[in-house]
Formats: sequence, C-alpha cells, structure tokens
Amino acid sequence: MFRIESTRNSLALNLGDLWRYRELLFFLTWRDIKVRYKQTLLGVAWAVLQPLLTMVVFSVIFGQLAKLPSEGFPYPIFTYTALLPWQLFAFALNNSSNSLVGSQGLVSKVYFPRLVIPIASVLPGLLDFAISFVVLIGMMVYYHIPLSVRMLALPLLLVLAVATALAVGLWLSALNVEYRDVRYMVPFLTTFWQYATPVAYSITLIPGRWRLLYGLNPMTGVVEGFRWALLGSGDIGGLIWVSLAIVCVLLFGGLVYFKRMEDTFADVI
Amino acid sequence: MSEIAVRVEHLGKRYRIGAQQVPYKTLRESVMAATGAPLRWLRGERSPATNTLWALDDVSFEVKHGEAVGIIGRNGAGKSTLLKILSRITKPTRGQVELYGRVGSLLEVGTGFHPELTGRENIYLNGAILGMRRAEIGRKFDEIVAFAETERFLDTPVKYYSSGMYVRLAFAVAAHLEPEILLVDEVLAVGDAEFQKKCLGKMSDVAHEGRTVLFVSHNMTAIGILCNHALLLEKGLLTNIGKAHDVISRYLSHNESRANPFVSCGRRGSGQLQITSLHFETNSGKRIDVLHSGQPVVFVIGYRNIACKAHDRISFSFSVHTSAEIGIFHLYSHFSGVYYSDLPESGYIRCSVPELPLSPNNYSVMCRVVMNGDQDTGEEVDWPQVYVPMTVTGTDFFGTGGSNLSSWGPVLIRGNWLPVSGN
Repeated sequence: MFRIESTRNSLALNLGDLWRYRELLFFLTWRDIKVRYKQTLLGVAWAVLQPLLTMVVFSVIFGQLAKLPSEGFPYPIFTYTALLPWQLFAFALNNSSNSLVGSQGLVSKVYFPRLVIPIASVLPGLLDFAISFVVLIGMMVYYHIPLSVRMLALPLLLVLAVATALAVGLWLSALNVEYRDVRYMVPFLTTFWQYATPVAYSITLIPGRWRLLYGLNPMTGVVEGFRWALLGSGDIGGLIWVSLAIVCVLLFGGLVYFKRMEDTFADVI
Repeated sequence: MSEIAVRVEHLGKRYRIGAQQVPYKTLRESVMAATGAPLRWLRGERSPATNTLWALDDVSFEVKHGEAVGIIGRNGAGKSTLLKILSRITKPTRGQVELYGRVGSLLEVGTGFHPELTGRENIYLNGAILGMRRAEIGRKFDEIVAFAETERFLDTPVKYYSSGMYVRLAFAVAAHLEPEILLVDEVLAVGDAEFQKKCLGKMSDVAHEGRTVLFVSHNMTAIGILCNHALLLEKGLLTNIGKAHDVISRYLSHNESRANPFVSCGRRGSGQLQITSLHFETNSGKRIDVLHSGQPVVFVIGYRNIACKAHDRISFSFSVHTSAEIGIFHLYSHFSGVYYSDLPESGYIRCSVPELPLSPNNYSVMCRVVMNGDQDTGEEVDWPQVYVPMTVTGTDFFGTGGSNLSSWGPVLIRGNWLPVSGN
C-alpha cells in the first residue's frame, strides 16, 4: 500500500526511490548525450576544443603577457589540468540549474523522483571530461611529465567536482522553478567563481595564512587536487579536507531544500 | 490483496489564484515583499488575504480492484487535479490517498519524446519515463511497434514523423504499460477516428483484464463504453458517484438545465412560434442523454406558441450533423404529410425514429419550423442557430452478438449478404 499525504517530513530524503528509478537516470543521461552530438556540427570536437582554446588564451594572457608564476610547470599544462575539472564543474552547474525548468513537460505530467533531473543533467559532462582527458595525457607525454600513482586519487576528486556542482545546482534548479532570475544569474556566478578559483593562476599567489580559508571554495580543493595528482605540485592536505567538509554541508543542504520544494514543482513550474 | 484499490479521504487541493496569473515571481519582488513585511506588521496591517481556490474540496471515495471509473465534470472542476494527486505529481493540501497496487499514469501522450531521437530510441526513453523497466520494454517492443504501425520508420528521428504517426507511437508505448491501477487523462482525443477506436479498444481490454482504471474524459461515449462506474466533480466538489450511465445522464441533463441554449441564441424566422428545447426519449417516454446505434429513439422538440393561428399548417423539423457541422440528414414532419394545426400555447412535438442509423460518435442537432408550405416555399417561423450535442454509443447493431461497429462514416445500414451462386 502506498499512502499520499499532505504532510511533509522535510528531512526524509527518500533516496531509495531514486535507486528504483536508476534506469530513468540512465536513459535521461543517454538522451542528453545522444541529442547533443546529433545536433552539433563538430560533435565530439567541442569537448576538446573548448578547454584547448581556453588554455591557449590563458597561456598567452596570463603566462606570456602577465607572466604569472606557474610553480615551475609549462603554463599550458599548468592551466589545462585545472581547466578540465573546471569545465566539468561549469557545465554541470549550468545544466543542473536550468534542468528542472527545461523539463517542464516531464515535471507536470509524470511522477518520478525529481532528483533524477538535475543528476541526469550533470552526468553527460563526464563524457566530455573523458575525451579532453585523453588530450591531457598527450600533453603530459609531450612535456615529459611522468605519470604518478597519485592519479588514483583523480576519481575521488572528480566526484568532489561533480558533487560541488550538484550541491549548488540543486539549490539553483529549485530556486529557478520559482524565480526565473536564476537563469540570468548562473553565467555571472560561473564567471565570478572562476576568478575565485586558481584556474588561470597559481594558488601560491595567495598568502599562506589565507589558504585554508581559500579551501572554503570547494573548487579550489578540486583544482589544486588535480595539479597535485597530475603534476605533483605542492601539498594540499589541509585544503582538500576543508573543501570536502564544505561540499558535504552544501550537498546535504541542497538535498533537503530540493526535497522540501519538490512537492510544489508541478504547481509552480 | 484487499478489495479496495484506491481510497481517497477528505482530499483537498488549494491553489493560489494570484500565483497562476503571475506565474513566476522574480527574486526582487520577493525581497521587496519580505523587507516590507515587518513594517506593515508594525502598522497593524495583516498580510493581504491571498486569493485562493480549492481545486478539490473534501473529496472522498473508494474504488475496488477491477473497477473502471470515469471521472467527469466541466473544465476546471478538478478532474485533472485529482489525477495529478493520485499519480503523485503534486501533493494534496489536505486529506490522504491510499493506493493498493502499482500505479501507472497517462496524463499526456508522448511525454518526454525527443524529436531528434529515432522511434526506437523514443520507445525506450518514453517507456522509462512512464516507469517501465528496460527489460520490460524490450519484451514488449515488437508488440508496441506493431500496435503503432510504424515498423518502417523505426530508425527515423520522430521529428520527420507525421503527427498521426507520432501520436500512434506515443500511445502505443503508454498502452503497453501494465500497472495494477491505471490513471488516464483525456488522451483518446488524439489521432484519427480509426486510431481513436483502436485506443478505445485497447483501453477496454485493460479494463476487462481486471485492472483498475480511473479515466478522465469529456467524451461521454468513451466513458459509457469503458467504465462501469463514474464520479462527477463540480467546482472541486464530488457531487455524484454511481453507475456510469446514471452519472452521465445526470451530468448531461444538469448541463442542459444550467444553460438552455435555446434561451439566448441567435434565431431566424418570424417568431410566431419558438422552439424552447430539444431532448431525447425512449419509446416508453424515459428521458435519455446517450443514444444507441440501431435502437429506437424519440426526438422531443419543445415549443411555445406565441401568435400562430389555429388554421396555420406547421411543419417541425430536426437535422443531424457531424461534429464538424456537416449535415447528415434532416426530417420535416411534412415529409410524411404531417402538418400540425391548432397548437396549444406550449407543448412538445415528438418524432419517433424506429432505428437510429448512426454510428457511435458525437453529433449535433438543429431544429427548424416552417408553416403553410414546405421547407423552401413555406414561411420560416423559427430557426434557432443552435447545435444541440447528441452522443451515440454502439450496441449490437447487426444482431451478431458483438459490438463490431465501424465508426467509418456516420451512417450504418444493414444488408443481406447472399450466398455464393454460380452465375
């Protein structure tokens, strides 16, 4: 027997329901990937071009003109290692924020755990990531940077990046249902956030005593983690834990908020 | 399993009307409202009573396993809201629902179809959206394709489909959903007549397999065929529940009494006599709202005699049209040589039709009165510009024991098919 009631217990996340709908999650992700590559002229090439061109711009402006320090690494690969997780994050944040509003038809006509929508909108970014990661390996060979066992930490860092995007995406997608301002806010937020993250510059520019505080931006932890794992740059010990803690708080808050708002999505969207 | 499939108790759903008129708040408005609130509170102003509407109000009913229940009511009566709550799309404001069994809902055909994907891909995607497992879709795939009649276009993106093909494919997926409790909103109103019939057939299979069906429709014929029970919603209130045919009759007569179309319509003619109503009866004088193919029916025209003289020779008529207002036939009393004279101040003129030659569908009827001549030469007395809706459902027209009626064309005839002979 299943009971539908008006009362809501706002802390029950009901993640079991999400598990039951895992196939839908798979199909929606698959649809997004399929449609994207069907409709675009360059298809897979976009996944490579975007970070690659950004890398060129950054290398010229920040590396050649501004001559920012890059911890002794060639500037292109220094910034490219950071760009990979960043682009994944930016893609995921943008897609998840607009995901619910973009699925109006589904939300108002069919029941399924609404969490499926923002989660499914984040996952296609992993494919782009995988493709541009192959380019990264090529670059590492070119620059004679040895592969290290630290790379085993990459999947965890990847999870951290996706979790950060999802945490913020959950808040924004639910807000977006009621306040369409969010759509205009996201590009601005993303740009702002990128400058607050050491993507185009080195964290060594930040005075040592501020670094832990800097970890409050979880993407700092992710980006520095990538450099640590791939290039073997400095110690990230304290930083990563601060980032991890903040992501857990954000993600849990996002889930609770999303669940609370979920009941009214179909009425408001 | 208990006998009850759906139990609804004191269900209520409130909407803010303001929120519907201004669908999306902007952040600025909310911030302004929030910052202004303490000030208004200090000044002793209460927050303005927001305009709310109970789309459903204290609705309670039970549905047993294997019952097919029609939900009828005018637009805005709360039918779709009820289905949305039952299918968990939105939460009730009050009350509760208990569902005993897996629920599948079909509130729209083709939800989640993506135009860029092929028919094959959309079958899987749509199936998953409707809650089917991948293995289940795979098992039923051939059946779905056969039902949709789109084998040749399986690997074509659906954006190249004709709208008919699109709808067929979408319905086919949904029709193969096999929940214990099926909720269906007005989805049969799609596709051509032939396909609608096929959909109706599929739905009735589902109902007869012992599954529980809740079915919202404006099509009383469909409700009459599919459902054994019905419930009537009016402005959010449950006003009638019972046998489908009783509830339908009540709904239709209620509708009629609320707004008699003959009262405030455009009309032509001299106006010495006016038509005031039109309804249908059985031979025994029982009023009916749904007619049956091949069965006797009496057309009853109400009139008010304003200035006709006793010796005026009056011919009454009615004409039946398709729902597209194309005439099928008309029948004047003078066709049979009957002119009415010396009419009382008001009354009814009855025309008995022994066998209704119409196929199951929705039609409309017009009435016209002429006098002292035929339909062309006589004086036009009254011609109300009103199409009265008429619903015909199927029965065993051909006496074969089955309801093998075609809805191809509006007219049904009988014929004697003779045995094969040598020459």
